[in-house]
Amino acid sequence: MTQEELNNIIKPENLVYEKSKIMTNNTLSFCPGCGHGTAHRIIAEVIEEMGIQEQTIGISPVGCSVLMYNFLDIDMQQAAHGRAPALATAIKRLMPEKYVFTYQGDGDLAAIGTAETIHACNRGENIAIIFINNGIYGMTGGQMAPTTLEGMQTATSPYGRDLKIMGNPLKITEMVAMLAGTYSVTRQSVHTAANVKKAKKAIRVAFENQKLEKGVSFVEIVSNCNSGWKLSAPAANKWMEENMFPFYPLGDIKVEGKLVK
Amino acid sequence: MEKEVKLMKGNEAIAEAVIRAGADGYFGYPITPQSEVIEYLMAEQPWERTGMVVLQAESEVAAINMVYGGAACGKRVMTSSSSPGISLKQEGLTYIAGAELPCLVMNCVRGGPGLGTIQPAQSDYFQTTKGGGHGDYRLIVLAPASVQEMSDFAELGFDLAFKYRNPVMILTDGIIGQMMEKVELKPQKARKTQEEIIKECPWATVGKPTTRERNIITSLDLVAANQEKFNIKLQAKYKEIQEKEVRYEAIKCDDADYILVAYGCSARLCMKAIDLLRANGIKVGLIRPITLFPFPSKILFELANRVKGFLAVELSAGQMVEDVELAVKNKVIVKHFGRMGGMIPSPEEIVEALEQKIIGGK
Repeated sequence: MTQEELNNIIKPENLVYEKSKIMTNNTLSFCPGCGHGTAHRIIAEVIEEMGIQEQTIGISPVGCSVLMYNFLDIDMQQAAHGRAPALATAIKRLMPEKYVFTYQGDGDLAAIGTAETIHACNRGENIAIIFINNGIYGMTGGQMAPTTLEGMQTATSPYGRDLKIMGNPLKITEMVAMLAGTYSVTRQSVHTAANVKKAKKAIRVAFENQKLEKGVSFVEIVSNCNSGWKLSAPAANKWMEENMFPFYPLGDIKVEGKLVK
Repeated sequence: MEKEVKLMKGNEAIAEAVIRAGADGYFGYPITPQSEVIEYLMAEQPWERTGMVVLQAESEVAAINMVYGGAACGKRVMTSSSSPGISLKQEGLTYIAGAELPCLVMNCVRGGPGLGTIQPAQSDYFQTTKGGGHGDYRLIVLAPASVQEMSDFAELGFDLAFKYRNPVMILTDGIIGQMMEKVELKPQKARKTQEEIIKECPWATVGKPTTRERNIITSLDLVAANQEKFNIKLQAKYKEIQEKEVRYEAIKCDDADYILVAYGCSARLCMKAIDLLRANGIKVGLIRPITLFPFPSKILFELANRVKGFLAVELSAGQMVEDVELAVKNKVIVKHFGRMGGMIPSPEEIVEALEQKIIGGK
């Protein structure tokens, strides 16, 4: 194709998709094939489509997504490991008119931050919690997470997770769904176009719910970690479907304050 | 206007004072001997009076991180605890210092180590003035010696915190927190409006308008050279604080041959000891540091040119005495006297310590 032919195609009227204005031009720090980039993107799209850039405060965790503030063009705070829900609690109570969300991995939310997660959910803070579960500590080099599956090999379970020695994988999403302070709880993924659409809708609902003042909206995204899992990106997604989804089934768990599963 | 004078516990006085200082939020967790702070606030319902938020957190860890979140929005926020709880808050404090956020924290110190005791102590001096959490950072540390100062330091603490974008610690103890004295309350100050916060704290995360770059509150910089540059900036700030914010009280130092150095409840005990010593013709004065960081080193250095010795009196095994020694630079004798584990010395014991360790000492 010549440059002239290309220029004839690159016109505003032919535009079918563009990067969200809420995404900055910084290069994502994630491994190719990782779900974090897609999760970031759909959050950015929701903020842009709702027109709430000026009303949104996000909180990044410790872990792979610690640098989220480099990629989203909104005011953000970076939290100590696991403490994002405590920050979000104060921000929302001090500025109830704002949209406040946390973005946390499984180690952050379900291990070191379990108390902050459970109590923010139980108090019914009017915030959104977005929980990326890839069953592994990605940033620190692939160690066992609270959500690591039985038999799964990691740097700290090199012969596979032995439940007798290492305990059981934690279904924290089902736990928080039991609490009176959660209004909506759902589990999604972002590994196919259809799933991305559903996950984006779930995030939009989680943001919109904040105006209802009925408690926490909790969105788990089961994701891959091809580097930590030592698999190619397509193989990681296949492994996720075959192994993660049976233990962490996708779908709504609590809708408008009522358990649906 | 007529003065508003009340009889209050130190812990109640600081709770009332933070409401009147226009605080936006308090986040705490009960622990003896300072639970009166959150009890007073919950009974007083300041959300009805000024709109101030009060929340009992699930832990000291959560409470200090709520303070981080609120401070990062430019709000005037506070937490308080006692020694074991303050140990738990160290993670949050180093993050707050590293993110250069203003906030007020009170430690009503009790005896340690470990669960220790619920009786008064001053054994958290090292933790408070030398760091506490990881990394090269400093807190601005105020040491009240009366219920009146517990009240007055709330507003002073917020002012210093915002002036330097630095956490401020009010380091008190179980005596000052629990004892009742008359206190003159300040009039109610209005809380800052959102417009004022945006103007005075352009760094605050309040939602990004199209007219400015996004605000990011973080203590992370993965590039070592940048992190060193940031550390140099922090050290320059601490140096400025050392130059500008030293506060102390000098009592009967003009003709003194010997100087007691004591803060908080120990200073109160020393004042009685000075009366006893002067009745016996021994000329003793007191330097009472009001700021522990920055420490009043200069006045101690100057006094060392004309006095015969210093006795640091603290409810610890000897912590502040190291700063006295650094200030005096071996010019005259410096010794420590203290009780530990929640025990409180009598003024007579202080008299005896001065006579034996300094006047009769080498």
